[in-house]
Amino acid sequence: MKLELRSITKRFGSLVANENVSLTVQPGEIHCLLGENGAGKSTLMNVLYGLYQADGGEILLDDKVVKFSGPGDAMAAGIGMVHQHFMLIPVFTVAENVILGHEPTKFGGVLDMAAARAKVREISDQFGFDLDPDAIVGDLPVGVQQRVEIVKALISNAQILVFDEPTAVLTPQETDELMAIMKALRDRGTAIVFITHKLREVKEVADKITVLRLGKVVGEASPDESASDLASMMVGRAVDLEISKSPAKLGDLSFVVSGLSAVSHSGTKVLDDVSFEIHQGEILVIAGVQGNGQTELTEAILGLMPKATGSIKLNGQELLGRPVKQVLDLGVGFVPEDRTDDGLVADFTIAENLILDRADRKPFVKGLNLQLKYLREFATKLVKEFDVRTQSIDTKAGKLSGGNQQKVVLARELSRELKLLVASQPTRGLDVGSIEFVHEQIVNTRNSGLPVLIVATELDEAVQLGDRIAVMYRGKIVGIVPSTTPREVLGQMMAGITA
Amino acid sequence: MSDKMKTQKTEAPVGRFSGLARELFTGNALIPVLAVLASFLVGGILIALSNENVQATAGYFFARPGDMLSAIWQSVFGAYDALFRGSIYNYHADNFGDGILSLTQTLAYSTPITIAGLGLAVAFRSGLFNIGGTGQIIVGAVGSTIIALYVPIWPGPLHFLVAVLAGILGGALFGGFVGFLKATTGANEVIVTIMFNYIAVYLLHYSLTSWLKAPLASNPQSSPIPQDALYPSLAGPDYPLHLGFIVMLLAVAAVWWLMNRSSVGFHFRALGHNPSASKVAGVNIGRTYFLVMAVSGALAGLAGTSQILGTEKYLGTGVAATYGFDAITVALLGRSNPVGVLAAGILFGGLRAGAVTMQANQNVPIDIVYVVQSMIVLFIAAPPLVRSIFFMPKSKEARA
Repeated sequence: MKLELRSITKRFGSLVANENVSLTVQPGEIHCLLGENGAGKSTLMNVLYGLYQADGGEILLDDKVVKFSGPGDAMAAGIGMVHQHFMLIPVFTVAENVILGHEPTKFGGVLDMAAARAKVREISDQFGFDLDPDAIVGDLPVGVQQRVEIVKALISNAQILVFDEPTAVLTPQETDELMAIMKALRDRGTAIVFITHKLREVKEVADKITVLRLGKVVGEASPDESASDLASMMVGRAVDLEISKSPAKLGDLSFVVSGLSAVSHSGTKVLDDVSFEIHQGEILVIAGVQGNGQTELTEAILGLMPKATGSIKLNGQELLGRPVKQVLDLGVGFVPEDRTDDGLVADFTIAENLILDRADRKPFVKGLNLQLKYLREFATKLVKEFDVRTQSIDTKAGKLSGGNQQKVVLARELSRELKLLVASQPTRGLDVGSIEFVHEQIVNTRNSGLPVLIVATELDEAVQLGDRIAVMYRGKIVGIVPSTTPREVLGQMMAGITA
Repeated sequence: MSDKMKTQKTEAPVGRFSGLARELFTGNALIPVLAVLASFLVGGILIALSNENVQATAGYFFARPGDMLSAIWQSVFGAYDALFRGSIYNYHADNFGDGILSLTQTLAYSTPITIAGLGLAVAFRSGLFNIGGTGQIIVGAVGSTIIALYVPIWPGPLHFLVAVLAGILGGALFGGFVGFLKATTGANEVIVTIMFNYIAVYLLHYSLTSWLKAPLASNPQSSPIPQDALYPSLAGPDYPLHLGFIVMLLAVAAVWWLMNRSSVGFHFRALGHNPSASKVAGVNIGRTYFLVMAVSGALAGLAGTSQILGTEKYLGTGVAATYGFDAITVALLGRSNPVGVLAAGILFGGLRAGAVTMQANQNVPIDIVYVVQSMIVLFIAAPPLVRSIFFMPKSKEARA
């Protein structure tokens, strides 16, 4: 089925999310929708999926104008969506999830699970998904869960499939497998819309590329164009995709973690004898698929895992067993992986967020009185220094874009007297421009002679940012290798295979 | 993955609460006003329905509809007129002094509600749902009564001061203990405070029938509080207004300062809005839980002293009456903002003062007044309701 969007316009109040966006996707074509966060990709797809009503323009399927008042209409018309955050019920089986919403029934309204299982097997076999219809979805790896989402879309005979940032949660291997699935679907004649901001993936699978910027189509491109050209189109200026960093000038050994182990509430070993060391002026990247103990590692360093055993020494001082406040006071800067949950108070202003960790000390407080005047000067200075794009320091942090939120967190952490910087997925969900800025700040920190520990789930970032890479799998360090290690080897290590 | 899901699960209640809290505390400032208006409208209907004249004239409505309409008007207007005369100024009185008695009555009623409401507001803004106002008021009241009755060794003003401090301390300990339990064991403060209310209420009943009981009284109540431990009267013996009213105004200012200008309040609010970010920023969460509940309880205890040492002048089983729960309402109505709480407290004081007049002069059942109060709360607690009644656009949260 051919999909055509004709001059779609969608406004939210005064904000124009999509302006005159036109797009044609042929059957048997993978059409990449490339753009930064906030470029209007998701809005456009939500219009297509009936979640939003467009303020202007029309949607055509096989040259016939259609109107969707909800996702039900879109599904019935043959449009399937694979959401970034899976819309699955973790305690249901694969088959139960797949049939949810259009359950096959036998006489008297009894669920026909046999039919459901057969259908799942049929589609699974067709594309080599290797799905067990009776597996509980919550127990499955993320990549497999995504296949359940795909089956869910296919089972209602979707002719047009929309993938919304599908690779954000996948390992490199799973990403490759997804790419293969997308190609197989395309060869069967499905029209595919692939939303992403990752240039490597675009170049690998796209037949056509439409670039969105600030809600408008800025151009079409072919996958043959160079990554940096595509990036420039996306951002609207020349961007340097490579992180420029001079070779590390290693100072003294500074940060030493040895034999660190920890057990989660449910009794599973989340950190298993983790040992590594970082010199001054060095970036060590902890690479690995999310959920392999990286979060716990950073929490242990910060003092949030009081029951961890082993040793964490910063310049000879033991950090383990100290409360968070002391760890921070000893000079640990921490950029948490979840900015909105752990890094910021969304309902607080930028200025308030900048002193979240120091509201109780001079010069921000005298007696118990917050020194508002000093705070304002301080915040104004930092906002300028860290290029936080905001109208005022009184703007609520929750109102800022992801990139600007991260700048606020970085500003707060880097404005302390640091001895170590720990940053967990510091560029997750950021736009290209902000990623550049964050990387620059991290490299500068390292160049100033600090040991830096980065947790990265994306191989590109790990390879570019790290001086060395430690790969974590199931709470263990699989190996620590130089950043020149080939991607395939790193990818295998991330799946637990020792190099 | 499983780890991510686990954290989401454990944090869900926090998220749900903060969603509700955001809706309650940061919503349109017009909402409370409209909620009051809506509840007066509904209240008017109820007043009319419960009025005997209206009921009688309804019997021959089709013969003489005018009778019923005028009966409705008279009952509703009469009732709200009585409410005004009972709570603000009685223009039927012979002189200004008698007329203004109503207003002083309102302010006296509003004092304990407002102070306790401030306490709960502190907890709400800090993300703790303190339902224990009743218990904390009782413990505060008992504390001050003990000092007032059994420790008469200090001369005049000091006796009073120590009695008040004892009330504050009692409330602070009773509330703080809940914070301590939450910090050390993770016990949910809602459940703990609710049960602590029962404990306080029944221990009070027991005490007032045994060791605290006035020797000759037939009811479960304490001996009268001696004069030197009472809140000094502000306007002479003819008026119920006492120093507690000034204390209330000071408390409003103090809570405003605490929450908006002090580093302690900064941590309170940060905890309320995002406990995990506070933890990561090095805030001692456990200590903050304790402090929040202690401050919250201290204010409730202070409210208890103003009731016992100011208004009732003896300790009875009705001390916390409905104040503990009214305080929750007042805190919500005032959007946990000190000035808002003051306004809500005075509104409640007014309704209470006016209710008596409504009942006495117009035969409006006092229960109807309480229905109106409950309506206000209902409309406040469910902003979408008010929005749809007044055809306002939906909030962003509701749309999503």
